Amino acid sequence: MAELLQILVSGLSAGAIYALAAVGFTLLWQASQTINFAQGEFVMLPAFFVLAGMTIFGLPLWAAILTAMVLSLLILGAMFKKLIVEPMLPHGTLPLVIATIALGLLMKESVKEFYSAQGQPFPTLFPQHVLDFFGASISVQDICNLIVAFAAIISLQLFLGRTRTGRAMQATAQDPRVAEILGVDVKRMVMYTFLINGALAAIASILISPVYLAKFSNGETLGMIAFIAAIVGGFNQIKGALVGGLLIGVIDNVAAVYISAEYRAAIPLILLIVIIMVRPQGIMGTSEGRTV
Amino acid sequence: MTALRILFLFAFGIALFIAPMGQGNYIIYVLCSWLIFSISAMGLNLTLGYAGQISLAQAAFMGIGAYITALLTMAGVHWIFAVFCSISASFVIGLALGYPALRVQHHFLAFVTLAFNTLVFLVLRNEDWLTGGSLGLVGIPRPEFGPFNTMMQLPFYYFVVVCFLITAAAMAWMLHSPWGRAFKALRENPIRANSLGLNTTRMTLLAFAIGSAMGGLAGALQAPLVQFIEPGSFTLILSLKILLMVIVGGSGYFFGPILGAGLVVLLPEMLRFTDGYYLIIYALLVLVVMIFSPQGLIGLGQKLLASFKPQEERGDLKQGAQL
Repeated sequence: MAELLQILVSGLSAGAIYALAAVGFTLLWQASQTINFAQGEFVMLPAFFVLAGMTIFGLPLWAAILTAMVLSLLILGAMFKKLIVEPMLPHGTLPLVIATIALGLLMKESVKEFYSAQGQPFPTLFPQHVLDFFGASISVQDICNLIVAFAAIISLQLFLGRTRTGRAMQATAQDPRVAEILGVDVKRMVMYTFLINGALAAIASILISPVYLAKFSNGETLGMIAFIAAIVGGFNQIKGALVGGLLIGVIDNVAAVYISAEYRAAIPLILLIVIIMVRPQGIMGTSEGRTV
Repeated sequence: MTALRILFLFAFGIALFIAPMGQGNYIIYVLCSWLIFSISAMGLNLTLGYAGQISLAQAAFMGIGAYITALLTMAGVHWIFAVFCSISASFVIGLALGYPALRVQHHFLAFVTLAFNTLVFLVLRNEDWLTGGSLGLVGIPRPEFGPFNTMMQLPFYYFVVVCFLITAAAMAWMLHSPWGRAFKALRENPIRANSLGLNTTRMTLLAFAIGSAMGGLAGALQAPLVQFIEPGSFTLILSLKILLMVIVGGSGYFFGPILGAGLVVLLPEMLRFTDGYYLIIYALLVLVVMIFSPQGLIGLGQKLLASFKPQEERGDLKQGAQL
């Protein structure tokens, strides 16, 4: 029982971080039909901004994190939209898919060549204590990760639902043409979406890197998991990405302990295939209707 | 077919024939791998460029083909029989995988195949008793056809050329048959194709399964070429590379994937002098090609050609012509 609780908490903590990446993924899809195959690398990169800030420019941790946040907004948000997505969007999704694959490769190889090919230890923001809770040992870091990730997602949900800009963004996602007619600045709203994705990626990166070490190849698994979480939960819902992320985190941890460590990576994939067959719109998703 | 086209095909054939002469083993190896990846990319082009579905499992089908051929030929079965098994297995698995995914919406085949590729990798790595686990299979024999032995690099190259030409001819024939036209109709306007009485689901599924079978064939050639296979050579990264070949070359064009495969296989060799930076340069090149010509290189070439051709336009039909 204690063991199960332990696994659940660490699964939820990892899942909440996956959810951050998955939410960004979903937002981009909604706002601009962009399937971002570089999402994993988007989560890998900000940690290296922090490390570079600390080791090369000698910044303290908080300043490095702040700089990394700004850089993520600029590079992963604004530049990604202006330089890559915007010129390619009129040509359909496929060239964009290829471009994001190439972008992911570019980011991964650049980090490997210009920073390091080895996994880098990353400073943790939270105390490393382990609490004893009814016989289960639960790390404070896990709890803090869970809280920060949830806070980010809840504030995003509030922003989208309760503010004028947020609602304009939702309108843009649902039907850009009607939104435009109703006086929404569609281009700006899409830009906000890309900025939010950059910010979410940076938060996820800073939370997950102390756990897994910062490494250039982290993006491969992270991107895959964000992708699966988004589809399992429901591609057109933020709630869906959250549920999907948490589910994958828990299932992954449970499978590693109780089923088989060898086929651990297969479980989310099988879940993905089953969901697509049984409920293609995802657990929380609503059906998008026919295209005719 | 214009005279120019026939001349071009003829020149291409001659070039294929004389390319390896006087070259070292390594160059011939690179040429073989270009042809093999061309076959695989042509299969994906059928799924992607003609039927309009994204498949991210072409490497998995190559893996399935390669492992089946490797296991059978190592057990003493002749390559011809083994390749037949590889192709049929890939075709059937393609059908089984595509059927549920294609019932639902368009992007789902991409997601299902993405998961499938990783599943295949896990099975290849974990089932040691059959596949040799992460160590892979070593010492795959090359086929022998009576007195014609392909153990040496040069005969093997000509053997691959023959397989490539047969596949390309079959592909060209299929694209001009009613099937091929149905595939194109699907890509251009699925709703209209459906209203004209085409069973769109069945045609898409068929295109995907045939494309997968061509992946299986490519794998069956890859195994005797390298004579060593391991699960790590058939991961998602390779699928993405094959996708890249199709798109960068020009999807929906017959020669697109062949050009793309050449680029993806040869470019790293050409950029070797840049040491570790070649993947960075490579990724940048792909980004630039995609931003400036989403139709790929063949599309870019056609655009350039069209801009040099004189425009034959009747002035009196122009809007606002002063008559």
